[in-house]
Amino acid sequence: MKIALSFAKRIATAIPSIIGVVVVTFLLARALPGDAAAYYAGSSATPESIAQIRKALGLDKPLWFQFGDYTSRLLHGDLGISLSSGQPVFHDLVTRLPASIELTLCALMFAMLIGLPLGIAAATRPGKAIDHLCRIIVSVGAAFPTFFVALGLVYFFYFRLGIAPEPLGRLNDTYFSIPPTITGLYLVDTLLAGDIQAFWASLSQLVLPSISLGLFALAPIARIARASMLASLSSDFCRTARAMGLSRTRIVYGYGLRNAMLPVINILGMVFSFLLGANVLVEQVFAWPGIGAYAVNAVITSDYAAVQGFVLMMAILYILLNLMVDLAAAAIDPRVRYDG
Amino acid sequence: MAETTSSNMQASTFWRDARHKAGENKLTLAAALILLLFVLVSLLAPWLVPYDPLAVEPAAALKAPSLAHPFGTDALGRDILSRVAIATRLDIGMAIGAVVLSFVFGTATGAIAGYFGGWTDAIIGRFMDTIMAFPLFVLAMGIVAALGNSIENIVLATAIINLPFYSRFARSEVNVRRNMTFVEAARMGGNRPFRLLAFHIVPNILPTMMVQGSLNLGWAILNAAGLSFIGLGVRAPTPEWGIMVSEGASYIFSGEWWTFVFPGAALVITVFCFNLIGDGLRDIIDPRRRT
Repeated sequence: MKIALSFAKRIATAIPSIIGVVVVTFLLARALPGDAAAYYAGSSATPESIAQIRKALGLDKPLWFQFGDYTSRLLHGDLGISLSSGQPVFHDLVTRLPASIELTLCALMFAMLIGLPLGIAAATRPGKAIDHLCRIIVSVGAAFPTFFVALGLVYFFYFRLGIAPEPLGRLNDTYFSIPPTITGLYLVDTLLAGDIQAFWASLSQLVLPSISLGLFALAPIARIARASMLASLSSDFCRTARAMGLSRTRIVYGYGLRNAMLPVINILGMVFSFLLGANVLVEQVFAWPGIGAYAVNAVITSDYAAVQGFVLMMAILYILLNLMVDLAAAAIDPRVRYDG
Repeated sequence: MAETTSSNMQASTFWRDARHKAGENKLTLAAALILLLFVLVSLLAPWLVPYDPLAVEPAAALKAPSLAHPFGTDALGRDILSRVAIATRLDIGMAIGAVVLSFVFGTATGAIAGYFGGWTDAIIGRFMDTIMAFPLFVLAMGIVAALGNSIENIVLATAIINLPFYSRFARSEVNVRRNMTFVEAARMGGNRPFRLLAFHIVPNILPTMMVQGSLNLGWAILNAAGLSFIGLGVRAPTPEWGIMVSEGASYIFSGEWWTFVFPGAALVITVFCFNLIGDGLRDIIDPRRRT
């Protein structure tokens, strides 16, 4: 009961963030340079047509009224119409979202699979080769721009070695059939459709973008894993365990690692902020048909409704991910749970 | 007299400690030297570069690195070495501009929030939380899209997304000090709150704030270059590393690697140096935060 209550409390803390995000995206759209009505009316507009559009868009109403209008449309999933695609922005974003989610999840998996063992190994053998390797990878991951890494990988693995497939999207549809949309994640959908070849093809398309994106996330994960593992291994309970003569494996994984997990889970919030942002850059390089590439196009063509919808959707996604991180932290660590 | 000797001694131990740590960490020293070179280039580039960075030379388009063009030429036959060198000023300038802005406003808001507490703290804290509720690069994109596509707005957007880190840090540092003896003494001396903050508390937290700033520079430059990579802010002929990498990316399929490798490498080296210097400064000034 108490646990359910503390979970509910945590979920409630997301509400002010969501309100803040809605207010900011509303204000961003109102901060647009020039007169939005004149912009929508185009270059051949007369003062009458501008006034008409202003009325149609509700721009003649007071700001608070416009805000109320904006939120009520949001609640109905209405983010406006995209100027470049002519489709509702919400529809555009939702159809592209799975591509971005698949890429982000693969990158996160890559970062965790490499970063965690690396950090742990570095902490158990401080000053040894693996520790130096960890330090080098962390510095490299923090200094290399995602887009540069992505281009370097494409050049090397596609152009030079010819191992990687052409960096154009999720699946080459002249050779493979696009799986029917069930989850929207090609890796899952191709398996559900029983198309093993398409599965391997979409996996091979995912490898380079996931590595370029994941490398950026790997650095903070490995750094925090190393630091918290070091702290946990030098703690009193690990010293006691050593004094009691427990095996090294038992001490490192049974006691050290379990106690070192909380900071790692907590840094994931930051990692998601990196991933969702860098996603935009990686999608740009690999012509990935996700919401990042869509947003870049929208920004360049001044498609404001699409930009606004993108920022809002990313922010809400991020808030939800943070919430999940919090709940995961509470689930693995009773101290967090009871501190409220 | 005794006072001066003790402060002299303090100063000399500080410098001895700094020297010891700098000697221990030759990497930081190397980074500082490389960065110094970059700063010199950024100041002197207009007189040093062999070619006009904007001069189009169709006959020499996409030439591989050679003695005449050590970094090769781009699709319009412009000399990449000259463009990379000229871009140094803009890229480092954008990063420093953004960090200075977030440093000043972050320290001010954080110090006020930490000192006064109560509803001032609540409002400032909520504001910073709202910024942090966005994935930061996405918010920067939104800000540039809304305020207009210009270099100034890239700097502004980078400053805004970094603001919460400074503000929260300054807040907690001020909060710890607000009732310390030296502050009490100054308060007894009749200093008003703002004077107290400006002349007694803020100078006290400046060193640790500077560490925060130097750790942030590398990230700021990556952020600004990322924005210009996707086509925001910096306009086409202007030499800037991010946009040069993005222009060079089109020639990846025909193997003209030098078009994106050199500007990208300049970016990487700069960020690397900023990060190493930030770490080195932290070890000297604020060793507690070492991880």
